[in-house]
Amino acid sequence: MALTEGEAQTSAGAPPDEGVGGPDLSAYLTETGPGGRRLDLLVSGAHCAACIARIEGELADTPGVASARLNLSTGRLAVGLEPEGDPGRVVRALDRIGYPATPYDPDSARQAQDREGRELAMALAVAGFGAGNAMIFSVPVWAGLFGQELGPATRTFMQWASAGVGAPCAVFAGMVFFRSAWKALRAGRANMDVPISIGVILTLVVSFQETLLMGRDTYFDAAVTLLFLLLIGRWMDHALRRRARSAAADLLALQAPSAVLLAEDGTERMSPLRLVRPGDRLRVRPGERVPVDGVVETGESEIDNALLTGETTPQPVHPGVTCRAGALNLTGLLTLRAEAACEDSTLARIARLVESGAQFRSTYVQLADKAAAIYVPVVHTAAALTFVVAWMLGIPVREAVLRAATVLIVTCPCALGLAVPAVQVAAASRLFRRGVLVKSGAGLERLAEADHVAFDKTGVLTEGRPRLLNADPTDIARAAPLARASSHPLARALAEAAGEGPAATGAIEIAGQGIEARAEAGLMRLGRAAFVGAPLSGNQTELWFRDADGALFRFAFADALRPEAVGLVAALAERGLSASILSGDVEAATLRVAGRVGIPDWRAGLTPQGKVEALDDLKAAGRRVLMVGDGLNDVAALSHAHVSMAPGTALDASQSAADLVYPADHPERIAEAIDTARAARRRAMENFAFAALYNLVAGPAAMLGFVNPFVAALAMSGSSLVVTLNALRLLNGGRR
Amino acid sequence: MSIIVILAPFSLALALLGLAAFWWTLRNDQYEDPQGDASRILIEDPEDRPL
Repeated sequence: MALTEGEAQTSAGAPPDEGVGGPDLSAYLTETGPGGRRLDLLVSGAHCAACIARIEGELADTPGVASARLNLSTGRLAVGLEPEGDPGRVVRALDRIGYPATPYDPDSARQAQDREGRELAMALAVAGFGAGNAMIFSVPVWAGLFGQELGPATRTFMQWASAGVGAPCAVFAGMVFFRSAWKALRAGRANMDVPISIGVILTLVVSFQETLLMGRDTYFDAAVTLLFLLLIGRWMDHALRRRARSAAADLLALQAPSAVLLAEDGTERMSPLRLVRPGDRLRVRPGERVPVDGVVETGESEIDNALLTGETTPQPVHPGVTCRAGALNLTGLLTLRAEAACEDSTLARIARLVESGAQFRSTYVQLADKAAAIYVPVVHTAAALTFVVAWMLGIPVREAVLRAATVLIVTCPCALGLAVPAVQVAAASRLFRRGVLVKSGAGLERLAEADHVAFDKTGVLTEGRPRLLNADPTDIARAAPLARASSHPLARALAEAAGEGPAATGAIEIAGQGIEARAEAGLMRLGRAAFVGAPLSGNQTELWFRDADGALFRFAFADALRPEAVGLVAALAERGLSASILSGDVEAATLRVAGRVGIPDWRAGLTPQGKVEALDDLKAAGRRVLMVGDGLNDVAALSHAHVSMAPGTALDASQSAADLVYPADHPERIAEAIDTARAARRRAMENFAFAALYNLVAGPAAMLGFVNPFVAALAMSGSSLVVTLNALRLLNGGRR
Repeated sequence: MSIIVILAPFSLALALLGLAAFWWTLRNDQYEDPQGDASRILIEDPEDRPL
């Protein structure tokens, strides 16, 4: 299905533009009408007015472009193309002026329209309008309660006016809750929206009845104010989830889930990953990741499996060798024949492990739902009891129903509905300022409960790239010119250690072997031991250099420890969290890192399944584990742990499996995030305690008939305000 | 007191006007790119190019 769609789009694409190379992007186009097509791009590096002018100005001058509009808030660029417009040209034009752009999958671009957010915003606006204007008519009625002159006729007129404004607004704004409550009831469950819906509907009915019978107490303004306050909480919750979602979507798009397909005639075409079929020929340039599992057809290179296995030593590959999806191609251009479609790749197998983890997660009950489970039966029983007891005591039925409705409205879950979202939004924005992205409120709650941290080694505790071990500076200086001419990570590390300087001229890089240059004195080589003619040696990551006069030099490398890691482990211990290392790397490398950061509990050589089993052991011992990892081999573990964090440099799969994403250069912010999560839980508990206390006072008062519409309005807004202000206290902690 | 009969509907009409304006801005994608809209006013462009 997806395949035929993609092919149809491709064949309808632009005729090949003469004189330009690069992959064909027509699979990313969306038809927008006769002859019109749209290309959605994610642009990085745009953040000011000048950038907008530059990008839109450049595209306006690009032939074939009908329109271009950059959304600065999201970094998305919508380009309208004329029938003969070439999308590749747009991307090249942007690249030339310094804004690298990645095409978006049209499917995910279409989802950008935030329908739910608009619905909530409109409901919120209508509820706000209703609350304010119904109150205009309620205030004179309240004044009448306190002995001011107000004839029954004027009062009824005011009540009708209040009903005219309040009731339609309450029905419109309440639809959000009614729908959700109806869905829950049909599924045989009760959520927080059930008492809200029953309360609002019952209040409206009773108020109409009172108005018709020329009664004194009506609650039109209370019903709509209740909805207004609850919608604020709903909207905050939505905004938090939306921000996290769009940030995650951007990360996914930037890591380009796409592949470069090689046609029979040698032309390259860019294709979404899901359209790749077994047997397709793929081109993988140095610096790119292998998109799907495949066998090397032509080319020699080295690949970095660090994200797949945690192993830091690059593996040489040559024709016939299988590369797994997610591996990074380091040195040479490779042509692969795809062995599996995207869904059957190693990646997808890991994704299935993730799904089983997500199922485990869904059994976690959020704080707000726990509160609702207690609150709903208590309040409904109280309201029913009020009616029954009042009726048995001989109070007229009309008065008894009114009292029951008052109980429902006064014990409204406003404070409860605001308590958790307000706290979570405040905590998430505090962490956002520190570069930590919270993907769900539930993740924050689980983080507060963590009592053990399991670290992946590579990329989390270490930098995930090689650093030169101690070597003689004169040796380094000798090999530096050749190293500067190479793009191999080991050579780059050597060049970094040597500092600024000239690069060797006329150097030739031999993929998978090394680099050589012919100087006046003779041939110089830098690379693998066999390449320079050195004896094959131990298991350490190393690079050999042969001078023009034949002298041999050895450079050893190791993955450098992040300087903040030691402090992080100490900070975690201070907070009562123990730590362990679960690594896929060899024993020697893991032991070295474990010793340096001071974690005596470590395991090496673990497979992805092994990591999950290690977590299960910890869980069986009653620990709540925070898993921190970045690699594909961690993805399953990330989704099985009680809560998980991934650095911003992690693979897309890891980031989407993790609950929180932190800046890779600042692992110490893990401890900060735990502090904030714990503070957020304290605030939420305080809010619950306050809401319970409030209901303990207001509930009985309403049951005894002491509550009138004025008291109800005052108590409701007052309690919501207290809860929100308490949540906002969290914000101050972040501004250090 | 009879002035209420004029003033109350009048105030309601004003408030409805505000609500309608908000609805219009929502429908017109005016909250899609707050950062960009704030920056665009700084662009010196001889010919004003709206959407």
